[in-house]
Amino acid sequence: MSAGAAAFSVEPEPQSYAERLRTNVRTGNLGSTPVLVALGLVVLYFGLTADNFFTPLNFSNLIGQMTGTCLLAYGVVFVLLIGEIDLSIGFVSGVGGMIAALLQQPDPLGPGLPGWLCIVIALACTTAIGLFQGSIVALILVPSFVVTLAGLLIWQGVIQLELPGVVTIQDNTINNVYGYFFSDTGGWIIGVAVSAVYVALTLGGAFAGRRHGIAIRDPALLAGRLIVVPAITLLTVSICNKDRGVPFALLLVVVMLLVLTFLAKRTTFGRHVYAVGGNAEAARRAGINVARIRILVFMISGFMAGLGGVVLASRLQSVDLNAGGSTLLIDAIAAAVIGGTSLFGGRGEIRNALIGAALIATIANGMNTKGWENAIIYVVTGGILLLAVTFDTIVRRIQIKAGR
Amino acid sequence: MSDHPLLELRGVSKSFGSVQALTDVDFEVRAGEVMALVGDNGAGKSTLIKCVAGIHGMDDGQLLFDGSPATIHGPKDAAKLGIEIVYQDLALCDNLDVVQNMYLGREERNWFHRLRESPMEAKTSETLRSLAVTTIRSIRQPVATLSGGQRQSVAVARAVMWNSQLVILDEPTAALGVSQTEQVLELVKRLAEQGLAVVLISHNLHDIFEVATRITVLRLGRDIGVYERATTTQEEVVHAITAGIPTKVAGIAGTGNGAPA
Repeated sequence: MSAGAAAFSVEPEPQSYAERLRTNVRTGNLGSTPVLVALGLVVLYFGLTADNFFTPLNFSNLIGQMTGTCLLAYGVVFVLLIGEIDLSIGFVSGVGGMIAALLQQPDPLGPGLPGWLCIVIALACTTAIGLFQGSIVALILVPSFVVTLAGLLIWQGVIQLELPGVVTIQDNTINNVYGYFFSDTGGWIIGVAVSAVYVALTLGGAFAGRRHGIAIRDPALLAGRLIVVPAITLLTVSICNKDRGVPFALLLVVVMLLVLTFLAKRTTFGRHVYAVGGNAEAARRAGINVARIRILVFMISGFMAGLGGVVLASRLQSVDLNAGGSTLLIDAIAAAVIGGTSLFGGRGEIRNALIGAALIATIANGMNTKGWENAIIYVVTGGILLLAVTFDTIVRRIQIKAGR
Repeated sequence: MSDHPLLELRGVSKSFGSVQALTDVDFEVRAGEVMALVGDNGAGKSTLIKCVAGIHGMDDGQLLFDGSPATIHGPKDAAKLGIEIVYQDLALCDNLDVVQNMYLGREERNWFHRLRESPMEAKTSETLRSLAVTTIRSIRQPVATLSGGQRQSVAVARAVMWNSQLVILDEPTAALGVSQTEQVLELVKRLAEQGLAVVLISHNLHDIFEVATRITVLRLGRDIGVYERATTTQEEVVHAITAGIPTKVAGIAGTGNGAPA
C-alpha cells in the first residue's frame, strides 16, 4: 500500500484504561456501566440494611419477580433500537397468557390441548399481533405511539371480553415454565454449558479476526469478560442450588439473552435494525427494506410479550382479568431504558434489559423485604427512570457535539 | 476514453404535482472524466441525480448505461449497474462504526446470515489505505465521532469500494475546510484517473474548474449546455447558470446564446 499506510492504522491504539474511559465519556459511549454501578450500590444497601435480603430463598424470589418483565423488556430494546415504542406489550402478554390458559382447559370448558401446543399457539397469536401493529406503523406510517396505544386499549378489552373471570391452569407443561427447578447436577451442567457457549462465541469472534490479520482489541477487557461472566453464572447456580435449584424461567431468560444478542449484533438483520434506528433514510438509500425491518421488530416485540405472558401466567398458575395490567408495561420499558437503551433509537444492547429489569426488581424486592409501601417503590423507580432518560438525553447531546 | 458515454440521459422530464422539476434534459458522462453538474438552487440537479439513483422515477426520457437502455427502480438497481452516489448529507448512520457504514446494506455474511466481520474489516482498511485520504484513528469508532472531512472520506470510500463505474458526488466539499476540500478534490481526480466516470455537483466554480473535464449547466429544470473546461471561462459558466437560455444542441457548441430548439 502507498503513502496512506502511515496515516491510517487498524492496529489498536495503545491507550491506557484511563484514556479510553475519557474518550468514552467524551463521546457519550458509557453503555451499561452507570446502571451496573447503581445495581451494585442497591444490592449493597439492602444487603446491609434488610434482614432477609441476602438469602438463597430471596435470591430465587428475585429471579422469579424479574423474569416476566425481563422477557418483555428484551422485545422493548429492539423496538427502541429502531426509534419506535410499543405500549401494547403489557396487554399483549396478557393475551398470550390468556390464550394458553383457555386452550389448556379440559373438556367441557375448553379444547384441552397439550401444554406445548397451547404455548406455541399463544406465541403465534402475539407474534401476529406484532405483525398487525407493525404493518400499520411501517406501511401506513401511523406513529407507533398511537398504534400501540390503541393496541393497549384493544387488547385490554379483548382480555376482559374473552376471559370468563379467573382461569386456573392445570396443565403441567405450562405451569413448569415458571415452576420447574432443575436438580443440583442439572443446574451445574446448565451453568457450565452457558459459560462454555459464552466463551466459545467470544473467543470465536476474536480468533476469526486474527486469521484476517486483525489484532485483538482490548485483550485485558476480553480476558476480564471471559472470567467474570462464567464466574457470575456459576455463582448464580450455586446460590440457586442452596434454594430450590436453578429455575427453568432463569434458563429461558439467559437463553433468550444469548439468542437475541446474537440476532442483534452478529446477523445482517440486527445490523439493519441499528441502521434503521441510527438513520432510516441512510438505511433506505443503502437498499435496506426499512418497512420489513420495522415489521419484524414489532413481531419480535409481540413474540417476547407472549413469552413473558406465558411465564407470568405460569407463575400465578392462572390468568385473571388483570393479566398484563398493573405496572408490567411501565416496568418493561423502564427496564430497557434504565439499562441504557436510548429512546432516540440506534443505541442499546439486549443485555441492557436484563440489567434494568434486575435493578427494578431488586429495588422492589429490597423495599418489600424492609416492609416499605408500594407507593415508595413507585416513587423511587420513577425517579430512577427519570434519571436514566435525562442521562440518555445529555449523552446524546454530548455525542453530537463530539462529532463536530 | 470510450466512444459512447458511460451514462447518457435523453430528454428526461420529471414533475412533482404541478411543479415541473426537469424538462427535456440531456446529460452524459464518459468513463475517465469528471463531469461537473452546476446550476442555481432549484435548477434540478438533485432531482436529476435522484432519477439516476432510482429514487424518483422519470416521467419521460431514456437512460442509457454503457450504450444500452437501462431502467433503474431503486438504489439496488443502480448499485448493480455500478452507479454509486455520495449524497450531500452523506447518508451515514452515526451510531454505526466505519466498517458497518461501508458495508451498510451489503454486509458479507454466511449461510446463517451471520456477519463476517473480519473480511469486512480487512477490506475496509485496505480501501481506506488505497485512497490515502484519511486520518481516521480506528475503523471501529462510531461515525458520530468523526470530523466532517473524515465522514466525507468514509462516504466516498464506500462509493468506490464496490468496483463501481460511475460515482456521483453531491456537494462533496460544501461543509469542508480548505485543506479537507483539497484532499477531496485530489480524490475526485484520482477516481477519474482510475477510469471511473465521476459526476460532481457543486456550487463552487473554483473547485469545478480545478477538477472537471466538462461542465453541464442546468437552469430552471432545463439543460443550458455542456462546456469544455479547457475552452470556457468562469464568467461564461456563471452567465449560463444565471441567465442561460436552453438549447437542445448537446455537446461542446452550446454557449448559452443559441435559440431554443
